[in-house]
Amino acid sequence: MAAPETSTAAVPTLYTNNTLRNAFGGVLSFFILLLIGVMAFSIRLFSVIKYESVIHEFDPYFNYRVTQFLAKNGIYEFWNWFDDRTWYPLGRVIGGTVYPGLTLTAGTIWWLLNSLNIPLSVETVCVFTAPIFSAFASWATYLLTKEVKGTGAGLTAAALLAMVPSYISRSVAGSYDNEAVAIFALIFTFYLYIKTLNTGSLFYATLNSIAYFYMVCSWGGYTFIINLIPMHVLLCIVTGRFSSRLYIAYAPLVVLGTLLAALVPVVGFNAVMTSEHFASFLVFIIIHVVAFVYYIKGILSPKMFKVAVTLVVSVGLAVCCAVIAVLIALVASSPTKGWSGRSLSLLDPTYASKYIPIIASVSEHQPPTWPSYFMDINVLAFLVPAGIIACFLPLSDASSFVVLYIATSVYFSGVMVRLMLVLAPAACITSGIALSQAFDVFTGSIKFQLTGASSNTEVDAAETSSSTAESQTDAVKTEKPEETAKNRPSRKSKKKKREHGEKPSTKAKAEKKRLLALPLESSVISLLLLVLLGAFYVVHCVWAAAEAYSAPSIVLTSRSHDGLHVFDDFREAYAWLRHNTDVDDKVASWWDYGYQTTAMANRTVIVDNNTWNNTHIATVGTAMSSPERAAWEIFHSLDVKYVLVVFGGLVGYPSDDINKFLWMVRIGGGVFPHIKEPDYLRDGQYRIDSQATPTMLNCLMYKLSYYRFVETDGKGFDRVRQTEIGKKYFKLTHFEEAFTTHHWMVRIYKLKPPKNRIRGKTKKSKSKTSSTTSSPKRSGTKKKNPWQ
Amino acid sequence: MEARIRARVNLALTFFALLFFVAGSSPPRQFVISNAERRIDLSSHIINVHLTLKVENAGTRPASEVVLALTPTEVDHLAMVDASAIKGKRKKTTSLRLEVKPTELPDAPPIDTKYFTIYLANPLNSGESTTLEVLYVFTHFLEPFPAEIAQSESQLVFYHDTALILSPYHIKQQTTFIKTPSTKVESFIRMEPTNRVGTEIKYGPYEDRPPYSISPIHVHFENNSPFAVVEELVQEIEISHWGNIQVTEHYKLIHAGARHKGVFSRVDYQSRQSSNGASSFRYVRIVYLLARLPPRVHSVYYRGEIGNISSSHLRTDSLKSELQIEPRYPLFGGWKATFVIGYGLPLQDFLFESSDDKRYLNFTFGCPLIGMVVDKLTIKVVLPEGSTDPSPVVPFPVEHHLEAKYSSLDVVGRTVVVLEKKNFVPMHNSHFQVYYSFKPIFMLAESLMLASAFFMLFVACVAYIHIDLSVRK
Repeated sequence: MAAPETSTAAVPTLYTNNTLRNAFGGVLSFFILLLIGVMAFSIRLFSVIKYESVIHEFDPYFNYRVTQFLAKNGIYEFWNWFDDRTWYPLGRVIGGTVYPGLTLTAGTIWWLLNSLNIPLSVETVCVFTAPIFSAFASWATYLLTKEVKGTGAGLTAAALLAMVPSYISRSVAGSYDNEAVAIFALIFTFYLYIKTLNTGSLFYATLNSIAYFYMVCSWGGYTFIINLIPMHVLLCIVTGRFSSRLYIAYAPLVVLGTLLAALVPVVGFNAVMTSEHFASFLVFIIIHVVAFVYYIKGILSPKMFKVAVTLVVSVGLAVCCAVIAVLIALVASSPTKGWSGRSLSLLDPTYASKYIPIIASVSEHQPPTWPSYFMDINVLAFLVPAGIIACFLPLSDASSFVVLYIATSVYFSGVMVRLMLVLAPAACITSGIALSQAFDVFTGSIKFQLTGASSNTEVDAAETSSSTAESQTDAVKTEKPEETAKNRPSRKSKKKKREHGEKPSTKAKAEKKRLLALPLESSVISLLLLVLLGAFYVVHCVWAAAEAYSAPSIVLTSRSHDGLHVFDDFREAYAWLRHNTDVDDKVASWWDYGYQTTAMANRTVIVDNNTWNNTHIATVGTAMSSPERAAWEIFHSLDVKYVLVVFGGLVGYPSDDINKFLWMVRIGGGVFPHIKEPDYLRDGQYRIDSQATPTMLNCLMYKLSYYRFVETDGKGFDRVRQTEIGKKYFKLTHFEEAFTTHHWMVRIYKLKPPKNRIRGKTKKSKSKTSSTTSSPKRSGTKKKNPWQ
Repeated sequence: MEARIRARVNLALTFFALLFFVAGSSPPRQFVISNAERRIDLSSHIINVHLTLKVENAGTRPASEVVLALTPTEVDHLAMVDASAIKGKRKKTTSLRLEVKPTELPDAPPIDTKYFTIYLANPLNSGESTTLEVLYVFTHFLEPFPAEIAQSESQLVFYHDTALILSPYHIKQQTTFIKTPSTKVESFIRMEPTNRVGTEIKYGPYEDRPPYSISPIHVHFENNSPFAVVEELVQEIEISHWGNIQVTEHYKLIHAGARHKGVFSRVDYQSRQSSNGASSFRYVRIVYLLARLPPRVHSVYYRGEIGNISSSHLRTDSLKSELQIEPRYPLFGGWKATFVIGYGLPLQDFLFESSDDKRYLNFTFGCPLIGMVVDKLTIKVVLPEGSTDPSPVVPFPVEHHLEAKYSSLDVVGRTVVVLEKKNFVPMHNSHFQVYYSFKPIFMLAESLMLASAFFMLFVACVAYIHIDLSVRK
């Protein structure tokens, strides 16, 4: 355990009985950590207990499928895997387009267990990867916060993180997604950065770049690290906190980290080419310049130094301007300014909705609402400001990093719901600091009041041990004066004030303590209130874990008066496809169901959740929003045999295809302009009742969803839209119903084979279909079929 | 369709071949069948043929081997043949099971005919007679026609046979009864005297037919029972001497009846089901399956390869447990489904010690699902690690071999006795035993291993803490 070590370093005071106490504290914190890990793991098992051990949602199914492939075929096959089961007829190079971290992690765990002859299935390993890594993440949080503010804050932060709902939502058992592993990697990278910053050890710097490599392997969010750390470095430089420790923490990370990142196929040369990484290189240059300046300053006399500065600045400015001009020209020449769409929508929150409907259509890319903050981080939202204030008392390199981290992540979470996940650890860390400081103050003052001012020495002891954070930063500072001695004096004159605050004498500290000592009653009450707050948080987290975030979304349940009702329609449909269609049949559906179809039904899909090809998705969107004949032509040209639609109207399942339909129209219309959104809206309103536009009532999606729906209740009452459908009786001419699940949630249609080319007959059928729609539009759509 | 024609051609060829060879043949002429009665039950897709033969020794010497003849198509679909001798008069009849073996007759005339020999318990003296009861069970013998039906059509099937019993012996008198599941019979070939009463068609009695005489007939009738066939069943029985037997069964189920054609309409399916579910009409589909499990079964699960299937009910009482399961979707003709059933059983109900210090497992050989034809049944008995000399005892011939399996920290691996049986029908259900030797000390192997591993870990930790590895002092 590292805890006693730091405490002894932090308490150079002479109480011999303290070593025993510290040892005891070390063991205690070890067990607390162990319990936190157990809690982090077990709170995420609600989904397994309430439902079953199964992979959740959409993306996890893809990851699961990749892991299965890895487990079956080995790592080399995995890198070379060309998947022909998806994006038909294009296919997808899986090995070069996935972040392999999660897959490799789970694959390694599986391989390890199997070589120990513990026969767990790949699925089981995948299901439990996320809970295991959330335990790791809470331990990493402990380490990080301990580096910032000491053991107490560390333990509090770890406990908070273990059950923060935002993180639970992405890491319940079965939620086998990149984020599950990446959050651990993120926190651990930050920890190693802070550790390097505090110790100046090259060993930790190397570990840091390896952790960064793991993060790059795991998640696209690694760009957050590679931007945040340079920002912090810049902040340190600007505020005059440059030190050799900072240099050691940063320079190896950029060099090693970039080299390692380039090893990951999906990143490759992006690690040096895209704008997301420019900040790190810029700061890399700056830090070298600054280091060089400090060095020069050390060897030259002040007078000579001034001369040199004026010389270098005048020449350097000119060069810099030239370089920057070239850079800007280079960047500006590319249409997206060298940024990927998702990153751009982070910088400009309105970007996606304006230009990339496919990113905007994903619900997790929407900006969050205020209730979602309360839902996802709960009371932490109130503790964060207190934590930020605590970080400023006193401000160290490490705590400034935390402040920067929370500030940026608050911004990012405000842009995208999904990035709430990045905010959660920051919020936990700051809240942990706040809570722990508050507890320190309150317990300290209670103790002070109880023992009275008479026994001053005891109070001192309590102070020193409780405020480990402060003393620890002191210790760190006092350990390193030799290294920074050269630049210290000059800086000292500038930052006298800050230095003064940083190195408080014991006397000053005692004064401060006396000031902080609150009256007994108020501190007891505040303590109780804090405990109450914590209890509220725990209750909320358990509720969120049990009720809100543990549903696997492929199986739905509803409670009615006659007990639990299970809607297992998705798997019914996928199982049907798996067993009763030909192995090479192509299934078209909206991209949401692509991953599930390939993983569960093992059938080739046209588009899937890896939305890399907008045109292809737009083609499917166009087909869905076209009339039957045109849609049949598009699908037929794509060699599609079955079309799958999700329909919730019978049982009231709101996230069905009719509700997503406008996005299909938008995305389709973005590429094929003959699909116009206003055609589907009546006076700007999206409706499917008798007031709906004829284009809407004749499009494929409407027909496939409501085919023979009226025969269920005689009226065709849609329970999601709470209205009767507009067009009730119609026939399908080019599709036939192949399968509909028990609750009608998934409907699968088969494309009828093309008719023999008898001239008269085709004419006839054409005129029949065209009679339903307006004829000029028909001819227009036919001409613009993108695949002919 | 094509297959049907081919089958018919085959049959006709056989027929001609038979006629051709009848004259010059010299079959074992010792026996004469004085009376033969055959009852064919076509109510499900498992066809039971009960044959009652009154056999008379017309030869001079005592003989004990009675030969049965079957056409090659029959042999291909034959799941089992069972014979017993009936002793005693009207009231007090006792049956004695007799041994039946497939044989080749060297001087047999028609090349395609396959033979089975019944070995009588006591040789039949000249002039004596005895009554034999033979049971044939055929599977995949009914041929859907039309081969594809729409959702709401009923299923019609062909049954091919001969009106006369194929036999190497002279048959003095014979009658055949064919029982159809309903009165709906599209057509059947007459061979006078033939008459049909209700669900039964009676052919005969026919007098004095020479050996190998046949007369092909077919019956085309409605059979709406779903043809549930398990294409492959792998049953794994894992014995743990800590008190549990874990059984895992992997099923590949298919509806082997007339193939579903065209549209599957949920509206029609649900409306018909709800409004007149009790009426005569039923879709030809598999909805429920019933598995009969041993009593005291625990931790039962039922899942597909993509997760639990939530539609199942378990009823347990002291004598048996019944598990009613429902596939994810109703199986229409030609549709397939796969699923896994698993359950645990208490060890003491199935594991016993034999007299020679060996242990043996006594378990049911068969498929717990009721009324299933299993095309390929594989039973894997996983013996505990460290057991030796496994030997299976099965009442009928099966293929068997040994495998090794590694699970939960095994070092040497577990011995797996694999038993394979093709074309399994519920009539096969019987007990089988696997004998093996096992030393109880092996039970502790894994726990000792774990304990020592953790001990080593702690020792290593202690050592690491106490050793100073730093270079500088």
